[in-house]
Amino acid sequence: MTFDLTASLPARNFEMSLSLGPSETLAILGPNGAGKSTLLGVISGLLRPESGSARLGGRELFTLDGGTRRWSAPHLRGTALLAQEALLFPHLNVLDNVAFGPRSTGASRTEAREVARHWLDEVDALALANRKPAQLSGGQAQRVAVARALAAEPELLLLDEPMAALDIHTAPLLRRVLKRVLADRKAIIVTHDVLDAYMLADRVIVVESGRIVEEGPTRQVLERPRSHFAAGLAGLNLVAGTLGQEGITTPDGRVFAGQHDPDWSLVAGQAGVAAFPPSSVSVFLGDVHGSPRNSFPVTITDLEPHGDQVRVRASSGPSNTLSADITPAASADLGLAPGMEVRFVVKSALVSVYPA
Amino acid sequence: MNRRSGTGYTGVPSWVYVIAAAGSLFILLPLVAMVAKVNWPQFIPLITSESSLTALGLSLRTSAASTALCVVLGVPLALVLARQPFPGQRLLRAFVLLPLVLPPVVGGIALLYTFGRQGLLGKSLEVAGIQIAFSTTAVVLAQTFVALPFLVVSLEGALRTAGSKYDAVAATLGARPTTVLRRVTLPLVLPGLASGAVLSFARSLGEFGATLTFAGSLQGVTRTLPLEIYLQRETDADAAVALSLLLVAVAVAVVGLSYGRRRSSAPVKEQL
Amino acid sequence: MSISRKTITALLAAGALAAGVAGCAGSSNTPAATSPASSSSSISGEITVFAAASLKATFTKLASDFEAKNPGTKVTLNFAGSSGLVTQITQGAPADVFASADTKNMAKLSDAKLIDGTATNFATNVLEIAVPPSNPASIASFADLAKSGVKVVVCAPQVPCGSATETIEKATGTTLAPVSEESSVTDVLGKVTSQEADAGLVYVTDVKTAGEKVKGIPFPESDKAVNTYPIATLGASKNKELAQAFIAAVTSADGKKVLDDAGFGTP
Repeated sequence: MTFDLTASLPARNFEMSLSLGPSETLAILGPNGAGKSTLLGVISGLLRPESGSARLGGRELFTLDGGTRRWSAPHLRGTALLAQEALLFPHLNVLDNVAFGPRSTGASRTEAREVARHWLDEVDALALANRKPAQLSGGQAQRVAVARALAAEPELLLLDEPMAALDIHTAPLLRRVLKRVLADRKAIIVTHDVLDAYMLADRVIVVESGRIVEEGPTRQVLERPRSHFAAGLAGLNLVAGTLGQEGITTPDGRVFAGQHDPDWSLVAGQAGVAAFPPSSVSVFLGDVHGSPRNSFPVTITDLEPHGDQVRVRASSGPSNTLSADITPAASADLGLAPGMEVRFVVKSALVSVYPA
Repeated sequence: MNRRSGTGYTGVPSWVYVIAAAGSLFILLPLVAMVAKVNWPQFIPLITSESSLTALGLSLRTSAASTALCVVLGVPLALVLARQPFPGQRLLRAFVLLPLVLPPVVGGIALLYTFGRQGLLGKSLEVAGIQIAFSTTAVVLAQTFVALPFLVVSLEGALRTAGSKYDAVAATLGARPTTVLRRVTLPLVLPGLASGAVLSFARSLGEFGATLTFAGSLQGVTRTLPLEIYLQRETDADAAVALSLLLVAVAVAVVGLSYGRRRSSAPVKEQL
Repeated sequence: MSISRKTITALLAAGALAAGVAGCAGSSNTPAATSPASSSSSISGEITVFAAASLKATFTKLASDFEAKNPGTKVTLNFAGSSGLVTQITQGAPADVFASADTKNMAKLSDAKLIDGTATNFATNVLEIAVPPSNPASIASFADLAKSGVKVVVCAPQVPCGSATETIEKATGTTLAPVSEESSVTDVLGKVTSQEADAGLVYVTDVKTAGEKVKGIPFPESDKAVNTYPIATLGASKNKELAQAFIAAVTSADGKKVLDDAGFGTP
């Protein structure tokens, strides 16, 4: 029971192809406008691609190529969609909202409510059964929405940034609920939050401009990011170049020394990246004497609080932004301000180097 | 202006209130003038005369029937206009709204050439043994013709406000389009549908020109309250005024009822 | 209702009016000519004439003839249903002459002492059957209207043409089952010209006005309900002299010719 999709929609500059194994959860990461919601729309049947095909287990979702134009309507697909907003039907109480799916597919009122109670219990929301959606908090509503989607017994559950509209206090509870219910089912979750990817997904796809740019097991993609987007999500600085014995060499000739993964056999001249956390970066004014390695001039673009640190963002070239986390005291001592030219120094022990 | 405590900044300049007051007076004053003209000692006998009661009963029945017809025809029209755009949609909307701006007598003439004995459809209907002219059906058709835009406009607005997000969610939960319409789309726009239906009913109740032109005027069959008023005016001004007041009272009751319903459903609207 | 008595009354009234006009004219200028219709150089100014809707064609012609014969005069016409005009006059509408389609509405004004002197009956009108040119129901007589399956449209009893219809029904013992009782002659004719109805009962003058679109079928029973048109100067008139002169023109031989051509009878 797998899911396979190939679809292209030139009008939205969208072209993707992906597969999902049985009970696998896939996280889709990517900047706004990268085509994540288009992907969910195409899968759920709310948006028609120009060409492509998709199968979910034994079910044909669509086949659109030249002569064959088969398209199955959203309600026949078994792909329940959970969006950023809970979108609970305001005129039905919580129980009937959750019973909506089973009721629509032919269950009797009693059966449907029985199913609904089961799923409400699963998401710790049985106590809310008789409330109207207007009487729920955002987190409660989203949990009910999860129950509603699951009660429809979808073959594939689609989640479109389910935590985005929740505050930081209510998101953890929903995340735990999702972890529990997604454990043994096929699901695709679009998210901006690296934590969601870590906790919920087996595999990650990074999309940019309607294309898949990176794909792999969650841990690997987030710890060894190859795209700037994934690196940004993981909170890592990323520098691209060619691999060498010491580390990597950037196109402008700068050398980043770092640690190779001992399991990987190095092929010199291969494209690679160096990743390092902002906490490994120190900021200096003027020239640094001593270790000349991993030291380079940058221009500060902005400063912002990051936890109890100050995150210094700076550009080291036309399209490369790097971050450093320093203490507020250090920032004040150095008198940092946007536009200043400073020097970033990275401890080579904290730089990971790997092929791109 | 002495405002209640707890109310915020309205952003409405005070001179606006003055003009608004003049506007409401413009509507109210003629009604007051009419009330002042009512022959009160004779009021009850005048409005309970056989012909008056027959006309009122006919008006209520035909308006109810045309409101039902408006709902049957108007809901699909509003859905088609509010959802997916298609070529000719703007044109269709313009045509649906046409009766709003047409003089009713023009509507009556148009209906005559459609459903009349020599009309486009009327000829075939006549062959089938169905005669519409001079029947109560003709009154209902005339009223529906002028009242339909009110329902469509009101419902289309409600549908656009509600959007199709809920419909999409319902579909992915496995609901067939008909189920979505019945259990999600329509319940969500119920306040809009209700106010559209009330407006249609009120418009039907007041319909005069198209009925007079198309349906004729016969007590108990086609002579609705407005036609009765028009006729009574020929001979008995007191009766005409009394009946006019009755019509105003019915209209106010209907509109008031709708306003009350809309207020009570406000929390649901806020949700959308 | 006796026609002869009414006719006599009308003639007497017309005579009195004619004398009044002559007297009036004489008092201000040289002795009046014998014909009241001939112009008198003294009359001038403007008057407003409120006339029944059925007089539209004839009064428009009569007014323009009158203006042509009497340079410096202007006759403004306002046509509507007689009862509507009475309401307007009662409410103080500025009118100098009122020509009603029935004596009942004129009586309302004389009862309210709103007319100057007495009213003059200047024309009569009788009902006629109007059918579509093809006469689909083959109507030939008043009795044919009562046959089953014939769609007849009449005026409602509240309006003059309807009360005339009622009078004829009573007098002949024929009961019609109309499919509609309209509030105006126009609405009755509309139903006939559009062929929705097989026949309608309207005034002979209305059939004439409708021209080719309908065919008129006179019937002898129509003399059971002769409608008489009275005309009078209104008490509130600011130019009674001109008003009297216009009424004289309407009742003159020339005026009668115009009315005759339109189908009106002589009272």
